[in-house]
Amino acid sequence: MSELTITVMRLGLLVALWAFVIAVVGVLRGDLYGTQVTPRRAAAPRGNTPRPAARGSAASVPAEQRPVGRRINARSASRDPNHLRVMSGPLAGTSLPLREAGILIGRSPESALVLEDDFASGRHARIFKGPDGWVVEDLGSTNGTFIGPQRLTTATPVTAGTEIRFGTTVVELRR
Amino acid sequence: MTTVSALSSRKGRNVELGLLVFAVAIVALAYINVGVAVEGAVPPSLVAVGTGFLVITAAFHITMRLRAPYADPLILPIATLLNGLGLVMINRLDLANDRSLAEGMALRQLMWSALAAGLAIAALIILRDHRILRRYTYLAGAIGFGLLLLPLVPGLGVENYGSRIWIAVGPFSFQPGEIAKIVLAVFFAGYLVQTRDALSVAGRRILGLTLPRARDLGPILVAWMLSVGVLVLEKDLGSSLLFFGLFVAMLYIATERTSWVAIGLLLFGVGCWVANLLFSHVQRRVLLWLDTFSREALDTSDQLARGLMGMASGGMLGTGLGRGRPELTYFAESDFIIPSFGEEIGLIGLFALLLLYVLLVERGLRTAIGARDGFGKLLAAGLAFSVALQCFVVVGGVTRVIPLTGLTMPFLSQGGSSLLANWTLVALLLRISDHARRPVPDPAAPNPVASEETQVVKVR
Repeated sequence: MSELTITVMRLGLLVALWAFVIAVVGVLRGDLYGTQVTPRRAAAPRGNTPRPAARGSAASVPAEQRPVGRRINARSASRDPNHLRVMSGPLAGTSLPLREAGILIGRSPESALVLEDDFASGRHARIFKGPDGWVVEDLGSTNGTFIGPQRLTTATPVTAGTEIRFGTTVVELRR
Repeated sequence: MTTVSALSSRKGRNVELGLLVFAVAIVALAYINVGVAVEGAVPPSLVAVGTGFLVITAAFHITMRLRAPYADPLILPIATLLNGLGLVMINRLDLANDRSLAEGMALRQLMWSALAAGLAIAALIILRDHRILRRYTYLAGAIGFGLLLLPLVPGLGVENYGSRIWIAVGPFSFQPGEIAKIVLAVFFAGYLVQTRDALSVAGRRILGLTLPRARDLGPILVAWMLSVGVLVLEKDLGSSLLFFGLFVAMLYIATERTSWVAIGLLLFGVGCWVANLLFSHVQRRVLLWLDTFSREALDTSDQLARGLMGMASGGMLGTGLGRGRPELTYFAESDFIIPSFGEEIGLIGLFALLLLYVLLVERGLRTAIGARDGFGKLLAAGLAFSVALQCFVVVGGVTRVIPLTGLTMPFLSQGGSSLLANWTLVALLLRISDHARRPVPDPAAPNPVASEETQVVKVR
């Protein structure tokens, strides 16, 4: 076969290799997943463009509170606590969003709040949304879950500002 | 103030299919290119070899659709392309050395690829969840160290070209160090998940580094002694560096403490320096590295020099597949496959190959970030890092960045044990990434079984 064919093939191979690399990088760009960090302020400046009311109220709800693929009740969103803050203990200062499905607290790596606390159990407690607001439930931990001096035995409703203690960690629901 | 929200990923199986077709097409183009350039016609074996390659790829892809639908769509196409290009280059060297297809290395490499892909498919089917591996942490440790030291067993180990890293059972020879890499990654991941709290507790802070307590130095010293043992007894710098580097990197990932890296580098530096003083085979490697073109070095071995000359003659665009003389270098199909590619597809092509490795490693590390359990994170990061380190050692060795050591380029080099190990590694990464990218089941969603009414059944 002619020399031209070989040259075309040889350069074509280099082009194809690079096209493959570029295709892979293209897929990488469209394949971002995991967590997305959005500045809160991003939604606010759009106020000057008129928008349908429903759309606007959805945008004002913080993204952390919006479960994927489900509508949020805009009325309760303004009053309900939406995150959990660690007040004291090894993780003091940490805060994480509450999820309606419930978040698990304990030393096990599967928990939403992984306690580095020798006095906490693997699956220590759960905070979830009951029919009348947020509820904390002890999951049979060794050292117990406390609100004030009282050790929890059943699922107990909590409001924003109530201090809940697991081992040496104290957390609080925040708005 | 910022908010954090979870984004779920798309499955990407169709993307994978598209890229796989692209990869197979590139391999076919390269194969035809070799045939045309060497023999002047489209090689008659294209149909047979191409069908074999296509069947392996298709089988793997179908397994992915059935068993790991959420796995990363990029890992498999990249590995397939690299494996295919390796096959093309080995076939090209067969032609240059006048070996027919039946007796050549390319067909054997294709069979090993099929076997390796089969093993990876089996691993994906059998291993439904990578966390099962954590149960076998200490067994993996024992097997890993056993495999690493197996070539030292008299009667089993064989010394080839100065390194005692092979074992021979009957007609089969095998490099257990390649498999040990994966098994040890499992062990390190399981071990460090348990002990990382102890290893990352506050120590004394000196010169901006938080140094660990003396009693926590145990594991790193054991790993160091073993790697020095491999270096001294098996005379293999490559496996020793790979093994120790893997441990230090995983230790760093597990504890987030830079001091471990500093201690590791220091220990490794001391080990190398002492080895250079004491052992002649290390001195020879250093001489070849620093004065490659001196008379003394060329009398010892001109392999490195020939590889460099080959790459130089390839230049920017390369001579074209089939038009260079890569067969002049010894081990052009295994340790020196990178110079072979450098000569024939040039710097531009070689950089595309290296980028493919970078992307493969990136996908592994991305999997580690996405993984939700500590063991999976460490395992994925360790496996990805081992690929990166191995590429660095091989490419650095043939380009005179570091002394040349005998490691194989993952997927590209000729060699059955290397293919088996690297395809298994890919299967593990795919399994972890499938788990990492699977959407979290929503506990609030009604469970179809729970919502069923309980039925009263009469027992008698």
